[in-house]
Amino acid sequence: MNSFWKTRRIPLAWLLLSRQPLRLFVALAGICFAGILMFMQLGFRDGLFDASVTVHKLFDTDLVLMSPRSMSSISMSGFPRRRLIQTMAHDDVIGITPVNWNFLLWRNPETLSTRSILALGFEPSDPLLKDSRFAFKAKALNIRGRVLFDDLSRNEFGPVSKWFLEGRTVETEVAGKRVRVAGLVSLGPSFGADGNLITSRETFLNLSPSTPQGSIEIGLIRLKPYSDPEVVVTSLTKSLPNDVRVLTRNEFIEFEKNYWRTSTSIGFIFSLGAAMGFVVGCVIVYQILYSDVSDHLPEYATLLAMGYRLKTLLGVVAREGILLAIMGYLPAYASGQALYALVRNATKLPVQMDIDRAVLVFSLILVMCMGSALLAMRRLVDADPAEIF
Amino acid sequence: MNLPSKEISPAVDIRGLNHWFGNGETRKQILQSISMQIEPGEVVLLTGPSGCGKTTLLTLIGALRKVEDGDLIVFGHQLRGSLRKNRQRLRRQIGMIFQGHNLLRCLTAEQNVQMGSDLLRGFSYSERRNQAREWLKVVGLEDQMNKLPHDLSGGQKQRVAIARALAARPKLLLADEPTSALDSSTGREVVDLLKRLARNQSCSVLMVTHDPRILDVADRLLKMEDGRLIPPVR
Ligand SMILES: Nc1ncnc2c1ncn2[C@@H]1O[C@H](COP(=O)(O)OP(=O)(O)O)[C@@H](O)[C@H]1O
Ligand SMILES: [Mg+2]
Repeated sequence: MNSFWKTRRIPLAWLLLSRQPLRLFVALAGICFAGILMFMQLGFRDGLFDASVTVHKLFDTDLVLMSPRSMSSISMSGFPRRRLIQTMAHDDVIGITPVNWNFLLWRNPETLSTRSILALGFEPSDPLLKDSRFAFKAKALNIRGRVLFDDLSRNEFGPVSKWFLEGRTVETEVAGKRVRVAGLVSLGPSFGADGNLITSRETFLNLSPSTPQGSIEIGLIRLKPYSDPEVVVTSLTKSLPNDVRVLTRNEFIEFEKNYWRTSTSIGFIFSLGAAMGFVVGCVIVYQILYSDVSDHLPEYATLLAMGYRLKTLLGVVAREGILLAIMGYLPAYASGQALYALVRNATKLPVQMDIDRAVLVFSLILVMCMGSALLAMRRLVDADPAEIF
Repeated sequence: MNLPSKEISPAVDIRGLNHWFGNGETRKQILQSISMQIEPGEVVLLTGPSGCGKTTLLTLIGALRKVEDGDLIVFGHQLRGSLRKNRQRLRRQIGMIFQGHNLLRCLTAEQNVQMGSDLLRGFSYSERRNQAREWLKVVGLEDQMNKLPHDLSGGQKQRVAIARALAARPKLLLADEPTSALDSSTGREVVDLLKRLARNQSCSVLMVTHDPRILDVADRLLKMEDGRLIPPVR
């Protein structure tokens, strides 16, 4: 503290910036714009990837059994249900849930237009979702032709939840067959699916007659507490024939994300968008700092003539960079939060401000400002104290 | 003449100083075998026609330019062949007042003066700020402390510049036509002030001027023509 007061000097960097409000405003607007662009693009990118696994994350499971021919949630292949039952032989396995998974056509009960919806079929007495209230709701599925509708489904499926909550009987057609909504669940639309419904295995097979009797698309496997999923995966993979794959829950989620990451240009497009923001920000900050140094060159030369070191002056420019980064980041962060909320409401995409992205964008802005400051510093070398008399 | 030291060594000791500008064909000698001394506390005025090399001499003494040929010793420090770092350190002991005031536009009068006292070591921030205020009081600007240079008159700006130069407690003050941008009565006041303050600090002054009305403040008057000092006619 003492040495701080001894070495403290006039805050030149701050005064240079704050006494030129217009220039400061332009610089901050540029940085803020770049920051918002990066927040939006990276947020969309991560949000879309996260959105591809909204349903995956909700399953009450430790391991997942899947056909090796399944490429993603929109192209799931079946495998023999026997395989899932075989896993029960393993000591650590304490429960299984066979799940059918297919896209079916849902008729909007209001407009009567049809739209593809993800349908999950399971035995209503089996655990399916982590949500503790789900088991109770699932009881309603014991009656044939009943479904649970995802109230986060996109509006194109009709005002189902609204009608249901008003106490109306909501009936519509799925795959041309009559169903009644027996309850609401909250899953959320994902990349491949605009909406979801859950039904019993019996109803599912009725709605999707092409699915063979003994075939399922995924098998959920629950393990004893404290057992190591990786170890169980290895031993199950060894014991089961190769017409199934065993994945941990995280691998299952990553598998889906990876499909969207590698087989679409989404990642590239949004990363490019963020890069554009970065470049635009760099150009603006560089312009501002460069002209700032140029405008004050005689003053910098005066300071050199007074006996200030070049290092001190370089420090002034560097500090301007840091100040700009901090002052530009804060409004960008706030705007990012607000826009994320807006996007969540409008698209139901799970776009969240997470700490990793907040840190990443700040680092990018800092690099942007410090890089520009470094380039602008080259101009300082032109400050010749001999030329100011 | 071979005695090793006088009673007090001069603040500035120049012997056979030559300086050129340009290269090859265009190389032109600006200073020709300049020799002179400035004693501590002495006020020396340098006059001469425009373009005769006065500013060049000042920048050399101020350690702002490399010495090419001859001896230039400031406070016992030989500037010929001196390292950039040493010249920069030496500059802290030399106050400079420019033709234009060269104040920092974004700093208030007080902050500008503190840029001078900030060069001093061993004082806390508030001590240095108080020193800056004291200096502004001394130059009669206690009411203008928080004004930006933009809002000050020419004479006031030059007084801030003097306060800034003195705030670093120099032992030598170099001034290049400090009154040229001022009207004559203001110029007179500024020069009187400069002389008085330098005396109080026992600081030597080398002032370049064209202004014939202020020549009488000098302890000694030097005339320059075509890069040479004209020997005083006795
Ligand atoms: N950086 C420079 N490069 C080349 N020539 C210069 C430079 N600075 C000054 N000169 C020349 O040196 C001469 C002396 O200049 P200067 O010392 O500024 O004169 P004064 O201050 O006496 O008017 C002038 O002829 C000028 O053109
Ligand atoms: Mg000149």
